[in-house]
Amino acid sequence: MRYAMAIDTKKCVGCSDCVVACQTENNVPIGYCRDWIVEVTDGTYPQLEIEIRSERCNHCENAPCVRCCPTGASHYEDGGTVLVTHHKCIGCGACIASCPYDARYSHPDGYVDKCTFCLDNRVKKGEDPACVSVCPTKCMYFGDLDDPNSDVSRVLKMRKWKTLIPEAGTKPHVYYLI
Amino acid sequence: MANRREFIKISSIGAGGLALAANTFSWSKGMSFADDLLSPDKKGALRTPTYCELCFWKCAGWVYKDERGEIKKITGNDDDPHCNGRFCPRGTGGVGMYHDKDRLKKPLIRAEERGKQIFREASWDEALDYIAEKLGKIAREHGPECVALFTHGSGGKFFGDLMKAYGSTNIAAPSFAQCRGPREVGFLATFGELVLSPERTDIRDTKCLVLIGSHLGENMHNGQVQEMSDAIDKGATIITVDPRFSIAASKSKYWMPIKPATDLALLLTWINLIIENEWYDKDYVEKYTYGFDVLKERVKPYTPQWAYGITGLKPEMIYDTAKAMHDASPAVIVHPGRHVTWYGDDTQRSRAVAILNALLGSWGRRGGFYYPEKASLPDYPHPPYPKPKRTWRDAFPGKFNLANEVLSTGICDASIPNTARDCTFKAWLVYGTNLIKTLPERKKTLEAIQNLELLVAIDTMPMEITGYADVILPECTYLERYDMLRTNPHREPNIALRMPAAKPKYDTKPAWWMAKKLADKMGLGDYFAWNDIEELLDWQLKKIGSSLDEMKRIGVKKFPRQYDDLYFWPDQDFIFNTNSGKIELYSTDLEKEGFDPIPKYTPHPEPPEGYYRLIYGRAPMHTFSRTINNPNLVDLMDENTVWVNPKVAKIWYLENGQEVYLQNQDGVISKFPIKVRVTERIRWDSVYMVHGFGHSNKKLSRAYGKGGSDSELISKVMLDPVMGGTGMRGNFVTFLTEKPVEEEVAS
Ligand code: SF4
Ligand code: SF4
Ligand code: SF4
Repeated sequence: MRYAMAIDTKKCVGCSDCVVACQTENNVPIGYCRDWIVEVTDGTYPQLEIEIRSERCNHCENAPCVRCCPTGASHYEDGGTVLVTHHKCIGCGACIASCPYDARYSHPDGYVDKCTFCLDNRVKKGEDPACVSVCPTKCMYFGDLDDPNSDVSRVLKMRKWKTLIPEAGTKPHVYYLI
Repeated sequence: MANRREFIKISSIGAGGLALAANTFSWSKGMSFADDLLSPDKKGALRTPTYCELCFWKCAGWVYKDERGEIKKITGNDDDPHCNGRFCPRGTGGVGMYHDKDRLKKPLIRAEERGKQIFREASWDEALDYIAEKLGKIAREHGPECVALFTHGSGGKFFGDLMKAYGSTNIAAPSFAQCRGPREVGFLATFGELVLSPERTDIRDTKCLVLIGSHLGENMHNGQVQEMSDAIDKGATIITVDPRFSIAASKSKYWMPIKPATDLALLLTWINLIIENEWYDKDYVEKYTYGFDVLKERVKPYTPQWAYGITGLKPEMIYDTAKAMHDASPAVIVHPGRHVTWYGDDTQRSRAVAILNALLGSWGRRGGFYYPEKASLPDYPHPPYPKPKRTWRDAFPGKFNLANEVLSTGICDASIPNTARDCTFKAWLVYGTNLIKTLPERKKTLEAIQNLELLVAIDTMPMEITGYADVILPECTYLERYDMLRTNPHREPNIALRMPAAKPKYDTKPAWWMAKKLADKMGLGDYFAWNDIEELLDWQLKKIGSSLDEMKRIGVKKFPRQYDDLYFWPDQDFIFNTNSGKIELYSTDLEKEGFDPIPKYTPHPEPPEGYYRLIYGRAPMHTFSRTINNPNLVDLMDENTVWVNPKVAKIWYLENGQEVYLQNQDGVISKFPIKVRVTERIRWDSVYMVHGFGHSNKKLSRAYGKGGSDSELISKVMLDPVMGGTGMRGNFVTFLTEKPVEEEVAS
């Protein structure tokens, strides 16, 4: 089982619902976030293009954050999700420095936090992650890459996609449909 | 002369204002917040039904609480046609409204202390007695018609009923004259039907969606944004006309970067092309429309070459887009927009939109406009309302006859004493609308306010308008109260329940309670004959085969349609609700009132040298100024910026993030500085900002002074002579890079 997410940049409107839904679902304190929106504008008026991405931890298959964690708090879990065990984390911040995507933040309670794909609180109960379930444009797909019939496998087969900073060699599990 | 009604900062009240006053709250019998009211979801979590109050879309959803009984999250109800189980960011962040510590907490009455005006705390009884007594006096001395209600939001219904019982029908929703009025009047004149809310646009099945200045996606009208996304999935052609490269424009096959204020030229040219090339639906036009031949004649001069000179849009693009509409017809929507009060000829522009749809045969067709239906609920029995001797219309003899709703700005104008005018308003009740930001021409609003004998503000938050009130009634948030059932029209008639998920915080009350109590005090109790709202709702629900208990479990209930289909059939006989019984390409209503029966293009003023047209719009995470202090939403966006094209930035030496003040054509200078965003996404002749920021009430700890206010710079209004809409896109601003010398600024 390999959990992955695909996000359609052609449909995302950058509304940030995924951000606030994650905050209320996962008790992310106000002022912090596990997912965020990036808007890139290209060209000059009137020849313009915008790409909008809802970004988060890529749950990398080859995760530098896991490799560099001195306590083993950062680790792989079911379906290849990368998680942080809060009570094991000493807040040293090595993982924050090693992540090419700036996906982690220091929680005010003294540990490092980031996107969990809502593994324990939702996915294991058969629900989609909070961001996926709330997105008004239904532009996010979640599922198992090993299951050819999952939403995510199907949409990746049908559409052109990319991952972020592939040259970092991290093998991200978050895909952007372009 | 000192202002009779000074703006008072609520921060001047003592710490006592923060105290919980639960003891003064008498929650009626039978209302409990115990979890037995909650219904479990599929996973067994407990939840309470509501419909969202963060905007007018009113999505129905579920409120979940955490182990401590605190409201934790809100999600959409899967059965709700407004949201299909998915809230927008504001709805999801609605919890912030409940948790906001800056909320209004106790009734406040304006008083004078050592020559200084202050708000003093009052009990509910005292505050309501004060209002009842003043309203009684005004009724005796001037007549109840001299009282007006401004309302935006669900609880306004109860104050509306109170007004009608008292003897006034002057109930104004600023969303008419300041927003959607022209499109309703334009469509009514054409099809004999309103566009309604949610709009009857069949976006999910459309093949071509034409947006004129309407920025769906940034404008987070949930159901429409969802359907636009479905349409993108199905490969629909989107055409966006906007001087700004909006998010919708970025999703479009055709973005038409039009010169602002020339939209009508484009629309008339499209109409001409569609007629010239015989791209209209001949059978439909023949069978259902009136005035085609005159229309054909009148639009002849509007050629793509002519339009190029006016709009700056290439003739080929105008041609190609007209063809694309034809190719998709009848599954095409030329969207009526929502905020359409721009240039004063807005009813005529909306008429052109309606005519275009009629020619393409999209009205009453799948993928065009459907026929919505509404669940009808019986009214709780009450004595007949008195017939008022006058209404706001008497202040404007012979004018605005086609306005099908009350004009908020009309009431504002008629509140300023004027020998030429009857019916000078003496009191305003203001429910849930920050008139200071909502109405254009702030000077006029403030002058009107100075002339009132009573101004009551009912709100959840201290707003700019609450600072001018004589009495402030703090309402509890939608998460802490019942309201009337939601019955907006949709594809399937449906109702939704809002019930409290938590007890009201502080000493706040729901609108139904306030209005009923006030009615009792004014001797109008018979009009509110129910004991409490649960009884009222249960009575209504039982009449239509449901019950309050059932609704508490399901939140949303759908009913079968009573009338025909969503669309009418190709050959179906159909009588439209217009004078001719047909779709009026030539409007007999407008002709009768002395206006052009067929829209005409007239040029609008352009910015003088060194000035730029002020365009404003929406961001998906805020609703005007009302969400601007919500901690969760402020976290997503805490200030707006002024968008400036790089060419313009170069002339003014402006850099990204630099703070500037804006000054408009009338010399009005923005109160707060605003940061510059240098971006290619805006035309060089315009600047853009998101509406609602630049709040001047210090009590809003997160919003005060953040960003700039477009509304304070809208001192010029282009009045729509047809229906009194206030065109607000004719204001021009320039940059002040230094802080202007502080003059005496009236807040
Ligand atoms: S909720 Fe969906 S549409 Fe909105 S920003 Fe997130 S991914 Fe994009
Ligand atoms: S995105 Fe960053 S935090 Fe997430 S797995 Fe990859 S390296 Fe680690
Ligand atoms: S569109 Fe958003 S703010 Fe408006 S009612 Fe729906 S969820 Fe609430």
